[in-house]
Amino acid sequence: MKNETIHKVINSEYKLGFETIVNSDTFPAGLDENVIKAISAKKEEPQWLLDYRLKAYKRWLKMSEPKWANLEYEKIDYQNISYFSAPKKAPNSLDEIDPSILQTYEKLGIPLEEQKLLAGIAVDAVFDSVSVKTTFQDELEKLGIIFCSISEAAHKHPKLLKTYLSSVVPAGDNFFACLNSAVFTDGSFVYIPKNVRCPMELSTYFRINALNTGQFERTLIIADEGSYVSYNEGCSAPMRDTSQLHAAVVELVALKDAQIKYSTIQNWYPGDENGKGGILNFVTKRGICKGDNSKISWTQVETGSLLTWKYPSCILKGDNSVGEFYSIALSSLAQQADTGTKMLHLGKNTKSTIISKGISALKGRNSYRGLVRMAKSASNSRNYSQCDSLLIGSDCSAFTFPNQEVKNKSCFVEHEATTSKISDEQLFFLNQRGISEENAISMIVNGFCKEVLQELPMEFAVEAKALLDLSLEGCVG
Amino acid sequence: MLDINNLHVQINDKEILKGIDLNIKPGEIHVLMGINGSGKSTLVKTISAHYDCVVNDGSIEYNNDDLLRLNATQRANEGIFMSFQNPIEIPGINNMYFLKTALNAKRKHLKEEELNAASFLKLVKSKTNQFNIDDAVLKRNLNEGFSGGEKKRNELLQLLVLEPDLLLLDEIDSGLDIDAIQTVASGINSLLDGKRSVLMITHYERMLELIKPDFVHILEDGKIIKTGDYSLALKLGETGFKGLGE
Repeated sequence: MKNETIHKVINSEYKLGFETIVNSDTFPAGLDENVIKAISAKKEEPQWLLDYRLKAYKRWLKMSEPKWANLEYEKIDYQNISYFSAPKKAPNSLDEIDPSILQTYEKLGIPLEEQKLLAGIAVDAVFDSVSVKTTFQDELEKLGIIFCSISEAAHKHPKLLKTYLSSVVPAGDNFFACLNSAVFTDGSFVYIPKNVRCPMELSTYFRINALNTGQFERTLIIADEGSYVSYNEGCSAPMRDTSQLHAAVVELVALKDAQIKYSTIQNWYPGDENGKGGILNFVTKRGICKGDNSKISWTQVETGSLLTWKYPSCILKGDNSVGEFYSIALSSLAQQADTGTKMLHLGKNTKSTIISKGISALKGRNSYRGLVRMAKSASNSRNYSQCDSLLIGSDCSAFTFPNQEVKNKSCFVEHEATTSKISDEQLFFLNQRGISEENAISMIVNGFCKEVLQELPMEFAVEAKALLDLSLEGCVG
Repeated sequence: MLDINNLHVQINDKEILKGIDLNIKPGEIHVLMGINGSGKSTLVKTISAHYDCVVNDGSIEYNNDDLLRLNATQRANEGIFMSFQNPIEIPGINNMYFLKTALNAKRKHLKEEELNAASFLKLVKSKTNQFNIDDAVLKRNLNEGFSGGEKKRNELLQLLVLEPDLLLLDEIDSGLDIDAIQTVASGINSLLDGKRSVLMITHYERMLELIKPDFVHILEDGKIIKTGDYSLALKLGETGFKGLGE
């Protein structure tokens, strides 16, 4: 395939790259104990939470950035980042929310008002560092479901927060999780009570707006015994010519017979074709199937970010528990993605499935990194992994780093991997049937991703397809 | 409909077509014959804008317009259909979805209303029923795991759905048993309404008995060395290409 054609498809504009001018309260760049105390004070946090932050910060100072990922980037200057930015006036009701913020959400395609009425989706929108507004809260409250910002949970549900915060991802787990534990600003908190099936999809929309701010959101979802929840996360950011850091932590806890389905569409600004600008995305996502017969399912569509470092994982502790990971990662322009999962089997008869689809175009670099560990205690457990790579053009690359550790002989671990290329002959065939080059590539890519796309909630799947098309626009040859 | 003048084409730095002149009028059926490597497939591919074929000289006019400035997609939507000798497999693309996308691309190009799923299904089913094509192929992925015969029947289905004006048939009969050849031929004949034209490559007389050509062209080393009517094909069947020398 000719490079010009690939360029043509890929060089589409990032359509969410607008900036919203709001009067905001932003800390000067830099990080020390005082900054952490100030964040905590802004949120009027209880002492234990401040202590937790400071402890994490001290630990972080002794840690160094991980270097094992298949990623190349300029050194991050952690003192050149602002760790807090918020619209100046704290909103109490919809009327008080800055209209320009609401407009932003409309541009992103999530009009909160309409969604309330039409979609039946509860949205917690995080704009820079504070949770702007949580819809549907009342309705959920009737069922005993808690869906609020982490800051609110610190005040209203301190017991739950204290019990589960860092119970899956310890503060010192890794460099970026540790940084997040020290400076996290906001994020979502979800608790589903025993035997409650959450009647709607819960959604959070993250957006990095202010210049030179990092976004450090923290999400904690607890599904109590016999409950079910499906949670959707979407992300975008304005176009900048300097890179922005994003280091989030997501923790999921599924108790006995509970199920959590977590879906992400990540469309942060990817930077330009020379790797200028774009989000540096270092995320720690982990769930624990704590009780027997519980299930956690991760589905992710990663099309944005200059850099992605992300391994949504499952600890399968309860017997008969199930972990799933479905992933589409698209690296175009100068994007690099090092993403995959860890399935840690501890309980008996546990099962995990990994389906990873990596797409590389232009100068994109895509790596799948996975670990399947069968502990001695995990009798009769199984894993099935499938990692497929699709290359578009000749300057991109795809890597697969699957790791397996099996300590129990009754376990069964399967791994399949393929690498394919969109051939000129395939494109010509579709062109000869009247289908344009762009549509042809999009059809082939969507076909390649089909197994993962069908795991997404309906509306999300439509968005994901549109996003894949958008990211590939201009890349045909 | 199609007017080719002094066409010179190279593939990978090698000149394959060395001055082809060919005129096809609406409703005419033309057959290309010749030994392997004489340039038959290259001619058909060049008309469809295959990426391998580089035109060095000459011209092709289609409906009195310069065809060479159109890309493959545009030519297809203007009514040029090429059946492939070895149709390629495309994993993950549902065959029915593909057919619908192709038809609607053409309809959109012609500023006609696009068909919705229901009316498209009706259309396709009428074609599969009429020509004894197993509906199962609609649910499968595009040519993925298809036998040689199934691929060719799938080509026929695309032809029937897209209803092109100019049919370029590159050995659509190869690899088919006699019954299947009959099916494919009757499908093609059903489209021939006196306005549509055919340029066909075949090695089998059987096909020519079923679709009677108006003109038979013999290609040798990138040139048309002889043109005749159906009787030329019959003569060729008796004597072979070597018998043409005298």
